[in-house]
Amino acid sequence: MKTKVMIRCLFFLLCVALAVTFGCGRGGSTITVAGSTAFQPFAEKLADLYMAANPGSTITIQGGGSAVGIQSALSGAANIGMADLVILPKDAQSLKTVIVARDGIVMIVNPKNPVKNLTLDQIRNIYNGKIKNWKEVGGSDQAVTVVSREEGSGTRSSFEAIIKNITLTKEAIIQDSNGTVRETVANDHNSIGYISHGLVNNKISALMLNGIACTNDDINKGLYPLVRPVYFLTREEPQGLSKSFIDFILSEQGQKTILTNGLIPVK
Amino acid sequence: MKIFSEMAIRRVLTGIAFSAIAMLILIILFILKEGLPFIFQIGPGNFLLSSDWSPLNGKFGIFAMIVGSLWVTAGALFIGLPLGLAGAIFLAEFLPRWAMRIIKPTIELLAGIPSVVYGFIGVMVLAPIIRDSLGGPGLSIMAASIILGVMILPTILSISIDSIKAVPNSYREGSFALGATHWQTIHMAVLPAAKSGIIAGIILGLGRAIGETMAVIMVVGNAAKIPASVLDSARPLTANIALEMGYATGMHRQALFATGVVLLIIIMMLNFAANTAIKNMVKK
Repeated sequence: MKTKVMIRCLFFLLCVALAVTFGCGRGGSTITVAGSTAFQPFAEKLADLYMAANPGSTITIQGGGSAVGIQSALSGAANIGMADLVILPKDAQSLKTVIVARDGIVMIVNPKNPVKNLTLDQIRNIYNGKIKNWKEVGGSDQAVTVVSREEGSGTRSSFEAIIKNITLTKEAIIQDSNGTVRETVANDHNSIGYISHGLVNNKISALMLNGIACTNDDINKGLYPLVRPVYFLTREEPQGLSKSFIDFILSEQGQKTILTNGLIPVK
Repeated sequence: MKIFSEMAIRRVLTGIAFSAIAMLILIILFILKEGLPFIFQIGPGNFLLSSDWSPLNGKFGIFAMIVGSLWVTAGALFIGLPLGLAGAIFLAEFLPRWAMRIIKPTIELLAGIPSVVYGFIGVMVLAPIIRDSLGGPGLSIMAASIILGVMILPTILSISIDSIKAVPNSYREGSFALGATHWQTIHMAVLPAAKSGIIAGIILGLGRAIGETMAVIMVVGNAAKIPASVLDSARPLTANIALEMGYATGMHRQALFATGVVLLIIIMMLNFAANTAIKNMVKK
């Protein structure tokens, strides 16, 4: 008999807990931001800062990829969609766009690789499969392992749009995120890959392009070629919380946060 | 009143049992509805027999992925089958009962390790070893086969042990009485009697190998080409779906559902083959 009472109490408590936590989300205004996985961690950090400064408002950040960002902005599933593509697809033309940050794409190789610089032509030929050996670009006599992203990835489509005329070699290893590309290159002495600028660490070495390193200065001067914008997309002109969140990101504090976390501010 | 509640409970249980079947049918219908129109739109030949996969340029050939799936599954069986069978024979026939009580649950624990952990070990440990000692990119069919071989081991092992244990002791006694050695008894009397169970275990393992996704994506390299050797990278059907689903829209998305249809058909054929094999065995 006692256990029955206990179970009823527990059940009651559970209901109360659920009711209370449901209530939490309802206080103040709420928006959802979804899309680009590359910008997701930065968006989360910015949302935390914003919510700390403006208690009562709730911003939910979701990933899913740039395509999901565009789709959910179109369908209204998210108030703001995030996309980091050089060229937005046709579906996205009806959306209102704001560029909130820029992201450099860095060519990376294993630290043991002596090659430190490639031209855009050399990169194109490596990814087309015309250059198969590192000695053709000044490295040691080793076969190149090309690492790329899956079809549809924002990073890949930006990379291919900037380098131009790439028909990816069928030999290419395909990895499904920036992190796994980095891990593959860190483990394989002969591989080459490309990742977001904010994710470079000391397990891999970043290549210079045409003699220019991917630094904030050179990106701002427009010298470094592999740069893509991060778009915030809304169905209509942003209003209310959406507008004030975007304003916050574009403010001095927001842009500074973007800079200190490894992306390039727009202002 | 009592009878009424009996009836009600019976109805509810029946309903629950059928809802599981309904779910399976719904899943199959959904995949077919999304995938089949696409296959007929671009033509089954273009879809199944071309190995040009470039969805954003309108090329949807999955032949390379079908080959990739078969290679990886065959490789997993090549690794997992001898280990599983030998292990099962040893554990069931040669080990004292108390040791068995410790070892069998331990092996079954292997099945509970999340596949992403297997994949992680494959990437961090196995791939570098293969690359340094045998060449190639390391992320290869061989790495995937070894990882999958280990993953299907518990399935093959525990079902084989159960079916060897289920062989009546009189078979063994009869064989010993005829003067057979222990090994002769095992491979001439016990194994033939346990055959259908062992084959069922192998088929279940095969199903897991062909359907495994996460660990495979991590270690197989996912290059969309027909592999030339086991040191080459390949892209199985499951990896193709999971890699690109997050981004795919329109035709690309339908193409991935169509890939799912092909995977479904392969798995159903496998199950059918297994069931007929077992039935034939029982008849004999």
